[in-house]
Formats: sequence, C-alpha cells, structure tokens
Amino acid sequence: MSVLLEDLFQKAPVFLNVGVPVFGDSLREAGYEVVYVDWSPPAGGDARIADLLDDLL
Amino acid sequence: MVRRTVIRKNRYFDSVFLMRVARRLASQPGMSDASAVLATAANRKVLIGIGYGEAGRDPDFAAAGPNDLVIALEGEEAAVDAIAANADSYLSQAAETSSGAGGSSPRPRSINEAMERRPDCSLAVISVPGEYAVREARTALQKGLHVFLFSSNVSVDDERSLKTEARQRGLIVMGPDCGTAFLGGAGIGFANAVRRGPVGIVGSAGTGMQEFASLVHQAGSGISNAIGTGSRDLSDAIGGISTLMGIDALEADPATKVIAVVSKPPGTGFTATLGERLGRCAKPVVLCLLGAEPDSLRIHNPEGSRGQPTPRWAFTLDEAVASALEVAGVNEPAFLRSDERVMRERAAIEIGKMRPEQHYLRGLFAGGTFCYQAQAMFLRSGLLVHSNEPLPGMPKLPDPHESRESSFVDMGAEIFVQGRPHPMIDASLRRKRLEREGEDPTVAVILLDFILGAISSPDPVGDLLGAIRNVQDKARRRGGHLCVVASVCGTDEDEQGLESQKAALTEAGVLVFPSGAQAASFCREAALMLTHRKETADVGLA
Repeated sequence: MSVLLEDLFQKAPVFLNVGVPVFGDSLREAGYEVVYVDWSPPAGGDARIADLLDDLL
Repeated sequence: MVRRTVIRKNRYFDSVFLMRVARRLASQPGMSDASAVLATAANRKVLIGIGYGEAGRDPDFAAAGPNDLVIALEGEEAAVDAIAANADSYLSQAAETSSGAGGSSPRPRSINEAMERRPDCSLAVISVPGEYAVREARTALQKGLHVFLFSSNVSVDDERSLKTEARQRGLIVMGPDCGTAFLGGAGIGFANAVRRGPVGIVGSAGTGMQEFASLVHQAGSGISNAIGTGSRDLSDAIGGISTLMGIDALEADPATKVIAVVSKPPGTGFTATLGERLGRCAKPVVLCLLGAEPDSLRIHNPEGSRGQPTPRWAFTLDEAVASALEVAGVNEPAFLRSDERVMRERAAIEIGKMRPEQHYLRGLFAGGTFCYQAQAMFLRSGLLVHSNEPLPGMPKLPDPHESRESSFVDMGAEIFVQGRPHPMIDASLRRKRLEREGEDPTVAVILLDFILGAISSPDPVGDLLGAIRNVQDKARRRGGHLCVVASVCGTDEDEQGLESQKAALTEAGVLVFPSGAQAASFCREAALMLTHRKETADVGLA
C-alpha cells in the first residue's frame, strides 16, 4: 500500500518490523501498531544461494 | 579463572537477544564475564584481544564464521563448565522469554506473508544484518512500503539503487545506517521523548538529530517531523535523494515552520543542487553541515525570490538549535550559552591536579555525530586528534581498537557493531575500552557521551559508572588526576531520566555539560592548555 510521505506526518504509520524486535517494541509501547516479521537469514544464511533462489522464483 | 568459547554452527539470533543472553550468563554464580556474538571477523578479533580462542589457535574458534554463534565464558572453572555443557538450554530459555516471542498466532516469516495479513502496513523498520538488508528493503519497496533502514554495511551502489527505486514509486528510504526519525508523533529507532512543535528536521546525522530534537524540547519548543536519510545521502554518489524528498515533504507540511538540515557536508558535485533547492525553499532553513564552515555552500537565491532569507548557518548543533528557536519565536535558553572564560578557568583547575606526563585526550563516543562535531571544533582551533572516523584534515587511527596520543573513537562505527548491538544499547565494548584507556598514564581527559531515549540502554550512565570510578582511582593511585567530561543527550520525558543520569555522573566527579558541543568546547580549552604545557616542558628539557 503506497502512502505519500506527507500522509505519514498526519497520522503515524502501521509499522512492519523486520529484524531486531526492540525496534518494534518501543513503537508498540508508545501505542503504535506494529506487525512483526519473525525474521531469520534466508537459505540458511547463505546470501549467494538466497540470491540464486530469488532469481529462480 | 578460566576462559572458554562454545561455538554453535549456523545459529542466527539477533544481536540484542544475544546481549541479554550474555548478561544472564555473566550474572550466574562463579562467572565474571560472558559474551554471545556472531563470529564475525571483528568480533573474533575483539574476543582474541581479551584472551579468548587461544590467540586464534583454537581450531573451532578459528573456523567459526559470521553465520555461527560464539559464546565466550570467563569465570571459575566449575561455573564455566556448567554453562558450556548447557549452553543450548540457556539460549532456548532466553528465547521463550524474549520480547519477540509469544502472541496468539505464529508471526509471519517474511514481508510478503506479513503484507498478505496486514496490507495496511505503510513503513518497514528493517534492522537485519547488512548482507540481507538490501533484499528485505527491496521487497518492502515492491510492496509499497516506505523504509526505515537501520542496517549498515550496505554498498553505495545498493543504496543508490534502492533510493532510486523508492523515488520512482513515491516512497522514501531512510537509511541505510539510519538511527532515528519522528513521523506523525512516532519516534522511530533511537528517538527521544520530545513534544511536537514547529521545527522539522531532515538529516544524515542520527545522534545529531537526537541532540537537536532534545535541546529544542528542553528549550520548551518541539519537533513537527524528522526525516533520517542515512549517513551518505549527501554524497555525490547518492545525490541527496532522500534529503531532497524530506525537504519537499517538510516544506509542504503545515505543522513545520522552520526546517533544520543536520548533516555532514555534501559532496562537491551535489553542493550546487542542494544550494539551489535550499535557495528556493518557501520556509526558513537552518543549515548545520558538521565540519563545514558557515557560508562555504553557495546558495542560489535570486534576489526577491519569494522574499525568503538564505539559510541560516550553524557550525555546531547548539548554534543550529538557537537559530531554529529564534525563527520559531522562542528565546534562546540559558543552557545554550557557554562562556569560554569560565571553561578555561575550570580546565585550569583540572589540569592543576594532573601529573606532568598527562598530555592526551581520549573521546569514546556512542554517537557518531558527537565524535564528528568534536573533531570539527578541535580542527577549527588547529588541534589534531586521531580518529577511526576522521574529519577531512584529521589523522586516521591505523587500528580503531588502539588509541594514539589524543584520539576520538566513534564506537558506533561499523567495525564495532558487526554482529553486536550499537554501543547506545550495549555498553560492554565501550566499558572495556574505557578501562584500557585508564591504564595509560599519559591520558589527561576522557570525553564521553550518553544517549537516552527509546531502545537505548535503560541506564546508560550506570553501565559505565563502575569503569569511570576505576579509571579515576587508577589515576589517583599514580598520583595524578583523570578529568572525565560528559554530556547527556535526552529529555526529562525519556524513561532513563535526564536529571537522574546527570546527577549520577556529577556525584562521581564527572564534569557534565548541557550539550555535546559544550563538552567538546571544554575539552578544546583543556587540550590547548595541555598542548601549551607539554610544549613548555619540552622546551625546558631541550
């Protein structure tokens, strides 16, 4: 969903947290909506294989 | 006392989770220290430096890589053995109680999955290790999300490509290496609790934006919105893509009355574009390009063009705050006024208690902007300091782990944060470095910054207080005096409590200043005196 940057000034966004949970936690504790991705390195941590898979899929 | 490492191959945990595990391990009976980090080259070097991995000869330790977890344990043999035998259970116990666990349904495993469930998400906050950051940021953009990219270790080419794609989609990438932003009242990343008000910020300097916002709040005013851009945005390679989008957005924002641009100086090729854009800005602009002399950027502002004044220049963050407040109609608060004569008098008292061999300053910074600003102020007075992140004209530290003469170390630089939390969260590396600096009898002054706010350590001053007392005691036992200088960035509404953090430092004999610029200003006066004292002594010896 594309939202203009100026629109984010009027109303805080719904956040998607990808990575360290504390970033999302601080926003959630401040009362904002946060969706967490339970992230782990793709392809078992092999970035090269992950890129190859991206190209294939 | 023994030291041992335990390796777990291909085990990923985020760095903040690992810090909490390490704290728990270190607090077990019989333990004196513990680390849990990904085995990046930088982390292995640090661990070897403090006596782990048999100087790299331990084959398992030597073979560990950035996808492997290393748990380093120091303590009584029985305690270390017990933890080493049960390392996995400590990890799984911590995972069960971590903030990311729980919830009524399993969390989505990818951005695509999350967007299927919640298509109303509009901004992705990405903090994955740098090598995966581009992939996740690109996916977020393709799903129509703005991106706040905390991750560092992203190439310039990838940054340009991401920002170009974002702009084409009408989206912004804040970052990489973006520490803070305020959008619609929400403080994102390392953000202080500041009231809303008329001052908008766009900038590449994360801790600089925190300091600026905190000082504006302390003066009784507030922040409308703040756009972080990542530290390289004004370089010629990136061409200020996010900065220009941020200026456009703040110019259109009815809540913003004055725009502050807080950044490192622009690349030479981008200077004209920035000058042209600021020259036709419909709102007053305060320009703080740390390290650049006022008026070094030519602003194209045709006379009579909308009747707007040219940007107001500021050399320090304090000057920028005073200027923005003036535009906003707020009187300059007393805490922004520093008196160089009083600084000199205080410095003279401190130096009077020191031994003759105490010559040098060591700045150990959690905030990159504070390191950069202090260098700019020293350079302006003709004082050279070594740094791992040198301002043009300053000597580069050959090894960021080893100070040399007077040195300013940015402990948030990439080398110190690979597979580790930022020093604003995890003070352990800065504490160890501080203890080491205190061993050096030639050190006269230690300069520290403390940064409060969301995500930061719950007690930044408490994390270092023991080490501060230790180094002061060591200097005293040598018959000298170590002058410890600090500033605390934050507000009365930050959970850590600005006044209580300052009070703890003052009680320990630390000289606390209201801002990073004023702490650096005091150190500059002390450095000038120490240099003069050393030169006088050298002449006497000759």
